[in-house]
Amino acid sequence: MKSLKNHLSLIVALFTVLFAVQIYVAVDRTIAAYETHLKNDYSIIVVSNKAFTPVEFKAMDTLIDRSEAIATDQVLDRLQGEMTKKNLDLLKLTLPKFYRLYLNRFPTPSEIQNLQKRLQKNPAIVRVEGYAQTHDTVYKLMLLFKDVVQVFSIAIAAVTSLLILKEMRLWQFQHSERMSIMALFGAPVWLRSAVLFRLAIVDAIIATGILCLTFFIIAEYGWMDILLQTVGIKIELFNFIDDSLRSLLIALGVSIVLTLTIVIGNEEEE
Amino acid sequence: MDKVIIAENLSLSYKEFESIISKANFSIDAGSFVFITGASGSGKSTLLKSFYGAIAPRAGQLMVGGVKMNKISTSKLNFLRRHIGVVFQDYKLIKEWTIEKNVMLPLIISGYTKDVSGSQVQKLLGHVKLIHQAGKYPPELSGGEQQRVAMARALAHNPILILADEPTGNLDEYSSQVIWNLLEGANTQLKTTIIVVTHHIPSEITVPYKHYHIELGNIHEVS
Repeated sequence: MKSLKNHLSLIVALFTVLFAVQIYVAVDRTIAAYETHLKNDYSIIVVSNKAFTPVEFKAMDTLIDRSEAIATDQVLDRLQGEMTKKNLDLLKLTLPKFYRLYLNRFPTPSEIQNLQKRLQKNPAIVRVEGYAQTHDTVYKLMLLFKDVVQVFSIAIAAVTSLLILKEMRLWQFQHSERMSIMALFGAPVWLRSAVLFRLAIVDAIIATGILCLTFFIIAEYGWMDILLQTVGIKIELFNFIDDSLRSLLIALGVSIVLTLTIVIGNEEEE
Repeated sequence: MDKVIIAENLSLSYKEFESIISKANFSIDAGSFVFITGASGSGKSTLLKSFYGAIAPRAGQLMVGGVKMNKISTSKLNFLRRHIGVVFQDYKLIKEWTIEKNVMLPLIISGYTKDVSGSQVQKLLGHVKLIHQAGKYPPELSGGEQQRVAMARALAHNPILILADEPTGNLDEYSSQVIWNLLEGANTQLKTTIIVVTHHIPSEITVPYKHYHIELGNIHEVS
């Protein structure tokens, strides 16, 4: 019973670390997906006196992914009844060209400002509209969300580290007697600590298993999918190959470091 | 006759205390039965500890089984300990292991197969009259029974040297008799060197023995 309790303490601590890491990864994925979503929707409007080809636009800044000309026909058609054909033809000749520029990623506010300045250096470009205020609000909101998640993850990691540290001291105390007795009969370090390593590895595997099961249940019931669909994005919350492998490596890493600390601590005591 | 222990000007001390044993010169023959006596705090347990490398010589030289104990490496010390059996006054059994596994410990360390170690453990548990307790855990046994388990463990790997620190200190008559019989048996039949640290030499001893006494940090041969 006591042994099971000790196992549970380490499994819970490891599970918490893995859960915090996985939540951070999932939030990162969500933000990346949302950035892509924003990037696809976001564009800059350029007004120029001369026609530009997409290649010319791309050459102006590496941030520019593609460009498309905004057709003016619709607006001019509406004016057909109100203007004479001669005036309309004149307007067509003098009307500037309108372009929509799409970017290859969601830019920071300073990147938008720099891009605007660079475009405006071209004498043919008369106006650039970056919708800076709207962009700025969305971007700041996203940064705030990222920061909140980061602080939350660090807090969880700090609390869990304390838990693991406490668990480590308990383990050290519990196993030091047995390890010293084994040392008195000439057991090498690896043999003395073999049981500890076995326990640590088993606990790491169990903690990873519980994490996979938790995320399988979350994915199965689709709660998160519904939540994410409301903001128009879809992500893979838990990749059962990549994420479980990473979680297993983290759990093994943490528990092996923990065991090594105990073993080294025990060596120093001797 | 081969010497299993040779001490030349051996001085032992802990950091806090000065010279518990001072410039001792003695040697112990292989296959002999030796008693080391002395008053409480005279340094007899410290001397025994130096034989299995739990305390290093402060000055002088100490050779155990041909191995120099001054600044001994961990791997050499482990190797030496695999050829020594130690019986402690407080038994030093692993509480979470069964009696059977506790006796098996030196065999596990020496890398014996389960079959070999299993039959050896059964034989030894028979000798210490604890075969029926094999599956129990140390806290379930009396002090005398625990010391008999410790004795069986010390004999399990047929060591060249058995070191016993007050092995019958708090034991009943029956357990004491079993312990002395086993130590005598190991000495006469297997030619194992036995070194016992005790307050008084027991009257039950029937084998010839050597007696060293420690007083004021000096060791002298009594008989």
